[in-house]
Amino acid sequence: MKGGLSEFFAMGGYALYVWGSFGVTALLMVVEPIMVRQRRKAAISRISRLIRLKSEQKS
Amino acid sequence: MVNIFKFSSPATFYPLAGKIARVSTWIAVLLLAVGLYMSFFVAPTDYKQGEGYRIIFIHVPAAWMSMFIYVVMAFWAGVGLVFNTRLSAMMAQALAPTGAIMTFIALWTGAFWGKPMWGAWWVWDARLTSELILFFLYIGFIALQGAIDDNRRADRAGAVLLLVGVVNIPIIYFSVKWWNTLHQGASVSIKNGSSMSTIMLQTMLIMTFAFWAYSIAVSLYRVRSIILEREKDARWVSELPEIRR
Repeated sequence: MKGGLSEFFAMGGYALYVWGSFGVTALLMVVEPIMVRQRRKAAISRISRLIRLKSEQKS
Repeated sequence: MVNIFKFSSPATFYPLAGKIARVSTWIAVLLLAVGLYMSFFVAPTDYKQGEGYRIIFIHVPAAWMSMFIYVVMAFWAGVGLVFNTRLSAMMAQALAPTGAIMTFIALWTGAFWGKPMWGAWWVWDARLTSELILFFLYIGFIALQGAIDDNRRADRAGAVLLLVGVVNIPIIYFSVKWWNTLHQGASVSIKNGSSMSTIMLQTMLIMTFAFWAYSIAVSLYRVRSIILEREKDARWVSELPEIRR
């Protein structure tokens, strides 16, 4: 990197294309793990609620 | 001899998947850091495409993963149909969203690469069209699984769709050879080796392994949720520490 930060972000005139590609990819690779985590949380809370309900019915 | 069928039981696979996913996460983070650094600071400017070519470092790994994940899903679908194992259908289901995302990334970065180099975001070229069909196959599989309430029937219908759709994979791969396309031919092949410079190739391979590790991690974390959802009445699930809290 000899031309500093602004030259780096300019990507030799290809800024829109390079950052448009890397940006969207990064976004998806952040969002997907978050969704996977939420799914796990939802599954765990639903199942523990079900089990609690069952044990309350028994007693 | 290790009994591979032991791990086809969701109860034994659940903790194993967690361990592999954790290791893969670290590998993915590490390789992504190295790969991104190399993509921008080590790999030289291309003599023809300037800095614009750097899209290759995500485009090619994503495109490879999009095809590879589909083949793995079709493999699990086949195993599920033959051996009637529950876990294989869950694996196929867990891989589908990641495969769809990889396909989307391949198409998206392809458009962002095509625009400056070819002058068009999209052309109805054999390579691009067959990759788009792959995207629809993923979406169709996910929609089909969601539309059928009975898990067993959904698994079987999904497996048939996956196995029929697998014909599309060689079409994508060989499309640049079979038809006259705008898309360039393979830069890396088993037969001819690589036509890229070594450092560019190394960067691309590191990014490929990073995407690989990412896909393994995220789909194994997902399969754990699918296992929990499907096996919610099983005793071993109710005894898990995360459930008993």
